[in-house]
Amino acid sequence: MNTVPTKVRRSRAFLTVFLKEVTENLRDRRTLISAFLTGPLLGPLLFVMLLNITLNRELDKAERPLPVPVIGAEYAPNLIDALKAGGIVPGAPIADPERAVRKQDADVVLRIASDYGSAWRKGEPVQVELIYDSSQRDANTAVGRVSQLVEGYARQQGALRLVARGLSPTTASPLLVARRDQATPQSRAVLMFAMLPYFFVITIFMGGMYLAIDLTAGERERQSLEPLFANPVPRWKILSGKLAAICAFSTVSLLITLLAFAVVGRFIPAEKVGMELDLGLHFAAYVLLLMLPVVLLLAALQSMVAAFAKSYREAQTYLSLLMLVPIIPSLVLAIMPIKAQAWMYAAPLLGQSLGIMQLLRGDGVTPGQIGLCLSGTLATAVIAVLLTIQLYRSERLAISA
Amino acid sequence: MIEVRDLHKAFGNVKAVDGVSFMARDGEITGLLGPNGAGKTTTLRMLYTLMTPDRGQVLVDGIDAAIDPLGVRRRLGVLPDARGLYKRLTARENIDYFARLHGLPEALLADRRDALIKALEMDDIADRRTEGFSQGQRVKTAIARALVHDPRNVILDEPTNGLDVMATRALRQFMGRLKGEGRCVLFSSHIMQEVAALCDRIVVIAHGRVVADESPDALRAQTGENNLEDAFVKIIGSEEGLVA
Repeated sequence: MNTVPTKVRRSRAFLTVFLKEVTENLRDRRTLISAFLTGPLLGPLLFVMLLNITLNRELDKAERPLPVPVIGAEYAPNLIDALKAGGIVPGAPIADPERAVRKQDADVVLRIASDYGSAWRKGEPVQVELIYDSSQRDANTAVGRVSQLVEGYARQQGALRLVARGLSPTTASPLLVARRDQATPQSRAVLMFAMLPYFFVITIFMGGMYLAIDLTAGERERQSLEPLFANPVPRWKILSGKLAAICAFSTVSLLITLLAFAVVGRFIPAEKVGMELDLGLHFAAYVLLLMLPVVLLLAALQSMVAAFAKSYREAQTYLSLLMLVPIIPSLVLAIMPIKAQAWMYAAPLLGQSLGIMQLLRGDGVTPGQIGLCLSGTLATAVIAVLLTIQLYRSERLAISA
Repeated sequence: MIEVRDLHKAFGNVKAVDGVSFMARDGEITGLLGPNGAGKTTTLRMLYTLMTPDRGQVLVDGIDAAIDPLGVRRRLGVLPDARGLYKRLTARENIDYFARLHGLPEALLADRRDALIKALEMDDIADRRTEGFSQGQRVKTAIARALVHDPRNVILDEPTNGLDVMATRALRQFMGRLKGEGRCVLFSSHIMQEVAALCDRIVVIAHGRVVADESPDALRAQTGENNLEDAFVKIIGSEEGLVA
């Protein structure tokens, strides 16, 4: 007996704690489900579902035959033919078009006055009414399509009348507007993907959450911190092992979610509405790089917040609140399309959001931006880790109430 | 050998430990006896460096806990008041975890762990996860975990708490064995019969102070009481918290 181990093999303490935490948490179903199933997969699934609904709706409206109730169709057979050629299906007239539109029974109703025929023959301008409700956003595509067709028909007929009188049709159009849209297919997608960075942050968060709770509040609740601290290992080493375990879990979560996005990205019919979406390996690698310091930052923040809680449940409540904080940069970018300043890349989470948006837009990120993003977040993460170590040192932490 | 000199610890206005000094020698069992709330656990926590004393000194095998806390912890085997097993690990994994934290080489680790499992008669539970263990099985696992690095000094905080008669008997025999191996065994209890039956030396603590530090016989002689229970009551000055 009593061969007091002369020199503790110190490097092993870190690895020992890390391996034990990983083993233990791999045996916990709740942690597994949260870290490797719901956390990383819920985001992509939700995302794809929402996108598909939105995109398909747009597609439908643009291409599908559009039924439009027409009042007085018999007065203007040529106009009706032109509309039919544009994919509009004239429907039976309805009694109260104003009400029908307000009640969303019809997106748009076309009303042709009974004197259309006589006025047309005299060459007088006639009125065609489009009845719609612009507060019904859903109807806007339909209204746009019908009015475009009607105006097109009017222009065409006007030109024919000029030609018939021996004038050039250009006389009536002294000015031509040429629209040059600089949006690339990718940049059009960006508006819809403003929340994507938040999905990644949430995934990291969920991946490490239960470990972070277990690390302080959980250990305290099952009273295992006191015997653990009786071992000849400095507390900061124990904490480092535990933080590493949190980081390992959240990194795996992030990888799963990136993989899931890469797979489901193929099923998003983005190109049909003129958008391009690249969620492939190249994108995943960049996101991973940008997010690595966030993994450490969140691990430290979660442990810190959980350390203040007296019980597991309390820690869960605190962490759910903390989960809302990283939504702020994404929200800011979604509502206020600000022009990115250099310093913003150094701000944790905001920098990542900006970077990911740029990747989605197809602009790519410069090494300088990556450098700012990584160093800014890493510095914050180191401060958070040091604060957590300080907290972990406190005498009260180990003692179970 | 554990030596405690004039320890003080206050929590706010409450003086939990107010000048405790005693010595626990190798090859002896020293009992720390006192009613609930007398300051036993706080004293022990300062011994195994979980808490820092406001004043005073702790020496383990001559090493000052304030100067080399890791050295002190290396020489101590501790069963804290809170047993705190990892319920998703087996008993064996619980023991191995602490052995590795002590830096034991793998071969030695396996020998020690198996020897302890045998000595504590826990073969049947060694490979079960500790979730759902009985109190006795939990204490056995926690003790094996505390002793796996073969410490010269053993601190047990209320080791028989919650154990049934058979488990208590087995544990007492095991403590006797530790003493026979020449170790310094320090344990706390509020049960005076237990202390009387086991200890070579009794340190009685009340209200954060040492009120007696004697052998059981000397204690009886000092108080003039033949019965140890009466002797304790006389020393502590009240019957509060003493379980017969």
